[in-house]
Amino acid sequence: MTSDLTTRGPDTADIEPEDAGLSTAPVPVQPASAGRRPAPAAALRRAWRQLTSMRTALLLLFLLALAAVPGSLLPQRGLNPIKVTRYLASHRTLGPLFDRFGLFDVFAAPWFAAVYLLLVISLAGCLVPRIRLHLAALRAAPPPAPRNLGRLPVSTRWTSAAEPAEAVAAAQSRLGSARWRLLTRPGPDGAVTLSAEKGYLRETGNLVFHVSLLVLLTGVALGGIFGYKGTVLVQQGAGFANTIGQYDTFKPGRLVSASRLAPFGFTLEQFRASYQPNGAARTFDATVSYRSKPDAAPRRYDVRVNHPLPVAGAKVYLIGHGYAPHFVVTDGAGNTAFDASVPCLPQDDKFKSLCTVKVPDAQPDQLAFSGFFTPTTVSTPTGFESAYPAPLAPGVTLLAYRGDLGLDSGIPQSVYTLDTQRLQPVSTQFLRPGETMALPGGGSLRFTGLTEWATFQVTSDPGRSTALVASIGIVVGLLLSLRVRRRRLWMRATPAGGLSADAATVVELGGLARSDAATFATEFAALAGELEAERVCAEASDDVPMPAAGSKE
Amino acid sequence: MPVNQGLATLSDNLIFWAILAYAVAMLGFAAEAAFGRRGRVGRRTAAPRGVSAPATRVDDIDLAAPEPALVGAASSVAGSIAASPAGGGRRVTGRPGGSSGRGAARSSAGAGAGAADADAADAADTPAADTGAAATIGRIAVAITVLGWALHLGSLVARGYSAHRVPWGNMYEFASAGCLSAVTAYLVLLTRQKVRYLGTFVLLPVVLLLGLAVTVLYASAGPLVPALHSYWLAIHVTAAVISFGVFTVSTAATALYLAAERYQRRLAAGGKVGLSGIARLLPSAEALDRTAYRSVAFGFPIWTFAIIAGAIWAEAAWGRYWGWDPKETWAFVTWVCYAGYLHARSTAGWRGRKAALLGLLAFATFLFNYFGVNIWITGLHSYAGI
Repeated sequence: MTSDLTTRGPDTADIEPEDAGLSTAPVPVQPASAGRRPAPAAALRRAWRQLTSMRTALLLLFLLALAAVPGSLLPQRGLNPIKVTRYLASHRTLGPLFDRFGLFDVFAAPWFAAVYLLLVISLAGCLVPRIRLHLAALRAAPPPAPRNLGRLPVSTRWTSAAEPAEAVAAAQSRLGSARWRLLTRPGPDGAVTLSAEKGYLRETGNLVFHVSLLVLLTGVALGGIFGYKGTVLVQQGAGFANTIGQYDTFKPGRLVSASRLAPFGFTLEQFRASYQPNGAARTFDATVSYRSKPDAAPRRYDVRVNHPLPVAGAKVYLIGHGYAPHFVVTDGAGNTAFDASVPCLPQDDKFKSLCTVKVPDAQPDQLAFSGFFTPTTVSTPTGFESAYPAPLAPGVTLLAYRGDLGLDSGIPQSVYTLDTQRLQPVSTQFLRPGETMALPGGGSLRFTGLTEWATFQVTSDPGRSTALVASIGIVVGLLLSLRVRRRRLWMRATPAGGLSADAATVVELGGLARSDAATFATEFAALAGELEAERVCAEASDDVPMPAAGSKE
Repeated sequence: MPVNQGLATLSDNLIFWAILAYAVAMLGFAAEAAFGRRGRVGRRTAAPRGVSAPATRVDDIDLAAPEPALVGAASSVAGSIAASPAGGGRRVTGRPGGSSGRGAARSSAGAGAGAADADAADAADTPAADTGAAATIGRIAVAITVLGWALHLGSLVARGYSAHRVPWGNMYEFASAGCLSAVTAYLVLLTRQKVRYLGTFVLLPVVLLLGLAVTVLYASAGPLVPALHSYWLAIHVTAAVISFGVFTVSTAATALYLAAERYQRRLAAGGKVGLSGIARLLPSAEALDRTAYRSVAFGFPIWTFAIIAGAIWAEAAWGRYWGWDPKETWAFVTWVCYAGYLHARSTAGWRGRKAALLGLLAFATFLFNYFGVNIWITGLHSYAGI
């Protein structure tokens, strides 16, 4: 293109190098004009040109790739906070250093944002003038023919019996039907030239691709600002209503207010899981009945993996499941102090699950139980284990505590962990459904039955459809910009000046394509053949003698 | 439905024979390259029939072009073509790759005349290059490759039917499908361009990876975990498999480009050619670069689509379309590297060798995503299994 290839005129962002000559690249501002500006303005201008240059963009792209790498090699808070804590505990010197540079939260780190924001600015700064130029190019006429068509990368010539105007008109109709953009210009001495250009979609696709990238980032940002994500554990038969208080975890976007959550709700009617003989999961299926609004009629839906429930602009995903044994606890005073199902947290892929039961209402002392639930219980030298994830032989191994649960201390506690500081272990026992564990000093726990629970993730992402549309734009734009070739064709028909009786006109044809020249050469040869043959056919039908085979050239 | 053991065993047998066929074919291609006269030198002397191949560099092109930019455009263009579907004996003249001085800094082919380059020679019939014992060996190698491809395809189909699903649900199956895709890409390319020389360099990684697949990565046929029960498995992984195959071919071409470019550079500098002399067996650097570029340009949109399909699937399966899971991160890194390659090819100071190195880096990140992420890093894609 122009003398300075290091500046990314809108052109060089194009994906194909050879395209440059057909581009709508502006001539870079010459230093002469910049010299008259006040220094800061010139410096700013230089900085801007530097930022929007291709080299900078390349460098930023490369930096972005490099920046993403630690995010996959080091544990990330957003994905697995427990692993980060473990890593920090085992790497005393490197850990805090990494942490200071945000390496455990790379994709939210300021330096990562800096790289991609610079890239976005560089991209936008390059796109805007380029779009303007392309719009102008779309309206512009194909350029006039160079003086010597024979000097073009591909060219040919032949003689025709038709007058110059006729020869050009025939070519015009042939090229026009192949959707070339055409313009004829009269030349000196009765010559007629035809300029043709095709493949504007290449640049269009290129621009669509890059604009779509920006739209995609907008969609991601929209989701980050207005979206939310929460998880909730629901036992079979229990319900959920979409308010922040009901979530186990909740991550709102920056501008999400609690009052604006869509007021839908659902009840988990049944959860079913099936497994392969080796214990690997085969299917998960949660049947829910849901209401999109509190006053709407309930509807049923099967939430499965890969099959979320879309409701009121949000989506409900099935992300986990487990067992909830049902316990009835009688306290030392003989009262029923606890009667509920307790969700146990799976610890391995055979669903050996950690159970914690807290009985704050027990008298005279508070009671607590902790232990493991095993859906298919087998006895091993180290204790009871689970051999299969389905509840074929369920059992619980519980350790009973008596004392003070510490709930009144004011420090919040997880329902899944026990603070045993002021608790005394009193007995331990393995129970099958229906069995009872009697506590020394009065009281008992009865394992009455089993139910299942499922965890759901509720996600609302208002930027989702924007991102999807942008993705389609990205693929379509890419295909156009990599597949379509921009090419130009010129035809000059000059009166032959009586060279021979059946050669009224010398036709010259030249072509130019910056990308994929070999393919264009083939296309050119085919086109040239057709254009010449067309003339011959027309003549034949007009009963004009065919030109002799040797008369070409 | 239970696994059909008979078909599973058939699949395992077929893949063994496919590997054997590929290995034999690879040796055949190597023999052709070693004993043939297909290199640049042979190619140069073998002028295409019936065309006036311009032999000199035209440095003084001075078109009275309406736009100065057009002048530079006359560079790097194919030589001549003889074929003319309609016109019979038509002569279409091509201009050789002259540079107009102020024009683009083109690829660094310093070696001698910017003569009609290999692509034009490819397009033309080069009879001298395709006869002789070596060429016969080459053609037999192609036939054996096709045979191996058929066995390989049979192995995958049998595996799919034995497990009643698409046969790319774990690492072993992805390796097998990816290799099939690479061989397919090579064979398809072969029908369009004279790229038989690529055979050795495509089949070498294929044989190595397949060998690794059947020994280390092997997993017996079986059903998939629920997370993979989705038609997106067919869409997302198929796109990834295809792009893997296409990128394999482009990587082979890129690596050869680097060798040929080094050879030409050294030749031009009059220095010692050394090891790069092996490039005598290869087409010109420009032709290799173009083959590499074309395959990346073909594979890149497919890879983009694979990532987008994966995002759509992730949205359905995990509740978000992008979450920087290690697999996603590395897919992104690969994407960025190939985007960098495509851009670098059009940036002065980057095109040529640096762009090619970027292309190699991009494929390395693809491989790391397959091996490294699956083996060393746990993430949501971990169920893919070794």
